[in-house]
Amino acid sequence: MQEAFQILVETQNLGLLGPELWLAVGALFLLMFGVFAGERSSSQVTGLSLALLVVTAIWLFLMGERGEAMNGAFILDDFAWFMKLLTLIGSALALIMSVNFMKREGVINFEFPVLVVTASLGMLIMVSANNLITLYLGLELQSLSLYVLAAINRDSVRSTEAGLKYFVLGALSSGMLLYGASLIYGFTGHTDFTGIAEAMSGAGRSLGLIFGLVFLLAGIAFKISAVPFHMWTPDVYEGAPSPITAFFAAAPKIAAMAMLIRVVIGAFEPVTPDWQQIIVFIAIASMVLGAFAAIGQNNIKRLMAYSSIGHMGYALVGLSAGTQSGVSGVILYMLIYMVMTIGTFACIISMRRRDGVVEEINDLAGLSKRNPMMALVLTLLMFSLAGIPPLAGFFAKYFVFIAAIEAGLYVLAVIGVLASVVGAYYYLRIIKIMWFDEPADEFVPMPGELRLVLMGSGLFVTFYVLVAGVLSDMTSVAAASFF
Amino acid sequence: MGEWPILTTITFMPLVGALLIMLTSGEGDVERRNIKVVALFTTVVTFISSLYIWINFDNSNPGFQFVERYEWVGSFMAYHMGVDGISMLFVILSTFLMPFCILASWNSVTNSVKEYMIAFLVLEAFMIGVFCALDLILFYIFFEAGLIPMFLIIGIWGGKRRVYASFKFFLYTLIGSVLMLLAMMAMYWDAGTTDIPALLAHSFPAQMQTWLWLAFFASFAVKMPMWPVHTWLPDAHVEAPTAGSVILAAILLKMGGYGFLRFSIPMFPLASADFQTLVFVLSVVAIIYTSLVALMQEDIKKLIAYSSVAHMGYVTMGLFALNANGIQGGIYQMLSHGLVSGALFLCVGVVYDRMHTREISAYGGLVNRMPNYAVVFLIFTMANVGLPGTSGFVGEFLTLLGVFQVNTWVALFATTGVILSAGYALWLYRRVVFGALEKESLKTILDLDTREKVIIYPLVALVIFYGVYPMPVFDATGASVDALIQNYNAALEAAKETAQASLSN
Repeated sequence: MQEAFQILVETQNLGLLGPELWLAVGALFLLMFGVFAGERSSSQVTGLSLALLVVTAIWLFLMGERGEAMNGAFILDDFAWFMKLLTLIGSALALIMSVNFMKREGVINFEFPVLVVTASLGMLIMVSANNLITLYLGLELQSLSLYVLAAINRDSVRSTEAGLKYFVLGALSSGMLLYGASLIYGFTGHTDFTGIAEAMSGAGRSLGLIFGLVFLLAGIAFKISAVPFHMWTPDVYEGAPSPITAFFAAAPKIAAMAMLIRVVIGAFEPVTPDWQQIIVFIAIASMVLGAFAAIGQNNIKRLMAYSSIGHMGYALVGLSAGTQSGVSGVILYMLIYMVMTIGTFACIISMRRRDGVVEEINDLAGLSKRNPMMALVLTLLMFSLAGIPPLAGFFAKYFVFIAAIEAGLYVLAVIGVLASVVGAYYYLRIIKIMWFDEPADEFVPMPGELRLVLMGSGLFVTFYVLVAGVLSDMTSVAAASFF
Repeated sequence: MGEWPILTTITFMPLVGALLIMLTSGEGDVERRNIKVVALFTTVVTFISSLYIWINFDNSNPGFQFVERYEWVGSFMAYHMGVDGISMLFVILSTFLMPFCILASWNSVTNSVKEYMIAFLVLEAFMIGVFCALDLILFYIFFEAGLIPMFLIIGIWGGKRRVYASFKFFLYTLIGSVLMLLAMMAMYWDAGTTDIPALLAHSFPAQMQTWLWLAFFASFAVKMPMWPVHTWLPDAHVEAPTAGSVILAAILLKMGGYGFLRFSIPMFPLASADFQTLVFVLSVVAIIYTSLVALMQEDIKKLIAYSSVAHMGYVTMGLFALNANGIQGGIYQMLSHGLVSGALFLCVGVVYDRMHTREISAYGGLVNRMPNYAVVFLIFTMANVGLPGTSGFVGEFLTLLGVFQVNTWVALFATTGVILSAGYALWLYRRVVFGALEKESLKTILDLDTREKVIIYPLVALVIFYGVYPMPVFDATGASVDALIQNYNAALEAAKETAQASLSN
C-alpha cells in the first residue's frame, strides 16, 4: 500500500500539488472544526484560515520546483507560480479586511472563511490548469464558493439577490464554457492544451473549433467581467457585503485572467489571429463601457464595479498583443490592479457612521478635513487607478499599451488611452468630493487592520517607481514560461 | 560621473521640504508660520543651489551637461538627467519664481496651509524634473505628474468656478498627453531606446515622423496653449490662486515650447518642415484673435490670460521659423514672458488681496493711493506690450525677425499683434490705475507693503536688465541652438538627397 502510494507520488509528480493538497486538507479540517465547535468558533476559524492561506503562500514562495503533474493536467511554471502567489495574497488581504466588518454586521459565521479558502483552492487549480478538465474543476470549485459568499448575508435582500443573480448567470456561463470545451475536444481529440495546440498546428483550424473557442472565451470573459458578459458585476458588487466585494474584485479576477492567458497562449497559439480579434473587441468594449457607465454612478461599489470592468479591458489590451511583452504587461497589470483595488476597498469598508454602513460617493464629502490621511491615500489610489504618473497605475497601463503598439494595434491603443481620459473624469470626481466639497458627517475611526492595508497599498502605489525595475523583471520571467 | 549629482539634488530637494512639512502637526498660528518658513527656506535653498548649474555651465558646449544616468526598468526607461543650453535657463526660471510664489501666498492662503505648501513643493520638483529629464518616459512622468498638484491647487484654493476650471485643465492636458505617450511607445519600438540623446541622433522614417509629430503636437499645443485648444487657460488662470496663476503662466506653459524644441523640431525635422505653415497659421490666428478677445475682457486675470495666449503665439511662430533668430527669440520670449506674466499676476494678486475682486470696473484711480504700485504695474504692462528697453521687446523683435526671413506675410500679420497688445494692456492700465479715485471702497486702499516690495522689485530689476542686456541668456543658449539648427538643416539635406537619388534611379 505504502509502496503504491510512493509510486503514485513519484510518477505523477504530486509534490508539485503540495500547496493545493495542503489547502484542501486544511479546508476540510476547518469545516469539521467549525461544525463541531459551533457558531462561537468563527473567530478561531477565521484566524486559522488566514494562517492556512499564509502558510500556503510561503510554501509556494519557497518552492523552486517547476514541471507538470498528473500526466500534464496540472502545470507549475514561473507564470503559475507568480499568479498563484498573487491570488493567495489577494485572498488573504480580503480575509483580513473582513474580520471586523462581519462581526459588526452580525453576519459572522465559520462558513465564510472556509469558503474563502475553498475558493482560493479553486483559483490555484485554475491558474495551474493545463487541461480543459482541470480547468473546469478549478473554475467550478471557485465559482460555487463565490456564489455562496455573495449571498452570505442571508437576512439581507440585496445580498441574497446578488447571490442568486450571480449563480444564475454564472451557471449559464459555465454551461457555455463547457459546451465550448466539448466542441474543442470533439474537433481536436484532446483535452490537454499541448495536444490541442499540436492538433491545430497539424491539421489547421476548422469552423467547429472556432465555435468551441468562442464559447470557451465567452465563459471566461464572464469570469473576468469583460463586456459583453459584465452585467452581473455592478449588482453583485453592490449587493454583496463590502469585504466580500473586495475579495471578488481581486483574487478571482487574477485567477481567471491567468486561466485566459494560458488558454489562448498555451492552447490556441496556432490560431492567434482568430482569438486576437475577439480579445481586441472585448478589450475595446470593456474600456469604453467601463469609462462611460461609471460616470453616472453614485454608489461607490457600483462605481468600482464599472472601474474593474474598464481595468479588465486595459489588461486585455496587453493580451491582445499576444507577445511576451504583452503577457508580461498583463501580469504586471493584475498585480498593480489588485493592490489598488484592495486599498480602495479598505476605504470603502471603513465608510461607516454611527448608524451603520454608508456607500454613497457623496458620503466622502470633505474627507480631507475629517480624516486627512485616509483622504490622501484614497486620492493617491484614485490618481493611480486613473493611470497618472508617477503612481503605479501609470506603469500598469504603460506596459500593456507598449505591447499593443509593438503588435501594431494602433486603433486599439488610441481608443484605449482616450477611454482612460474619460475614466479619469470619474476618479477625479471622487477626489473632488473629498477635497473640494464641504465636510459631511464623520465616519467612525478606521480599524487597525484596515489602516494597515490602506497604508500598505498607498505606499506601494506611491513608491512603485523605486521597485519598478525589479517587478517588471519578475513579470517578464513569468511571461517567458510561454515563449 | 563621480561628481555630486546636482540635478537630482535640486529636483528632489523640494520633496524633502514637503516631507518635513508633512511631518508637522498642529493647526495653530505658530505651526502655520513654521510651515511657511520651511517652504520658503526650501525654495530659496533650491534656487541658490540651482545657480551652481548656471555658474558652472559651459556655454561653448552644445551637448548635455551635469549628466547622470542610472538603470531603471530594463530597456524601457532609465533615470537619465542632464541639461543643455535650451533647458538650463528654464530650470533656473522655475527655481527662481518659487520663493516669490510662497511669499505671495503668505497671507492670502488661510485654509489648509500645510496641504497648500506641500502641493507647491511637489509641483516644483516635477517642474524641474521636466526640464532635466533626458529619458522620454522620465520626461513624460514628470510632465504628467505636475497635473496632480496643479489640479488640487486650482480645485482647493481656487475661486468660485474652481471645480469646473480644475477639471477642464486636467482633462484637456491629459487628452493631449496620452496621445504623446503612444507616440513615445512607437518611438521606442522604432529606435530601441527611450534615451533622448540617442533619439536625437536617430532618424525616424518620414511617414512615421508625420504621425509622431502630430501626436506630440496634440500634447504641446494644449500645454502651450495654441489656438483653438487654449480655452482651458483663461478658466484655469481666473480660478487659480495668485501663486497658482504665476506658476501656470510662467512655467507650465513653457513646457509646451520646451517640448517643441526638445522633441518635435530635432527628432521629427521633416515633419516640422511640412507642418511649418500650419503652425504659422495657428500662431497668427492666436496672436490676432486672442488679442481682440483680450480687449473685451472685464476680469483682469482673464485679460492677462488671453494676452498670454497671444504671446505664446509669438513663441510658436518663432520656434517654427526654424532659424537662429526665430528660435533664440522664441526661447527669450518664453523666459521673458515667464517673468512678465508672473509679475503681472502677482500685481493682480496685490489688489485682489485688498479688494477681493478682479473686475476691472471695480478699480480706477489707484495711482492716487498707490504710487509705488502704479509704477511697477506700468513697467510690467510696458514689458507685456514689448516696449524697447524691457525684456518683452527682445523676444518679440527676434521672433518677428526670424519669421520675416521665412515668410513676410506672417511677419506682417503678427506685427499687428504688437499694436493690439498695446491696445488692451494700456487700456487696462488706464482703467485700473489712472483716472480719479471715485469708488468709496478704494479710498482706504494701501500701497505695497514690505513683503510685496520684496516680491516685485527684483522682478522689475530683471525685466529691465534683460531688456537692456540680453547677452547672458544668448550666451547660454547659443551653442545648443546652433547645433539644433545645424542638425535640422542636415536632416533636410539628407532627405532631399535620398529623394533625388531615388528619382535618378
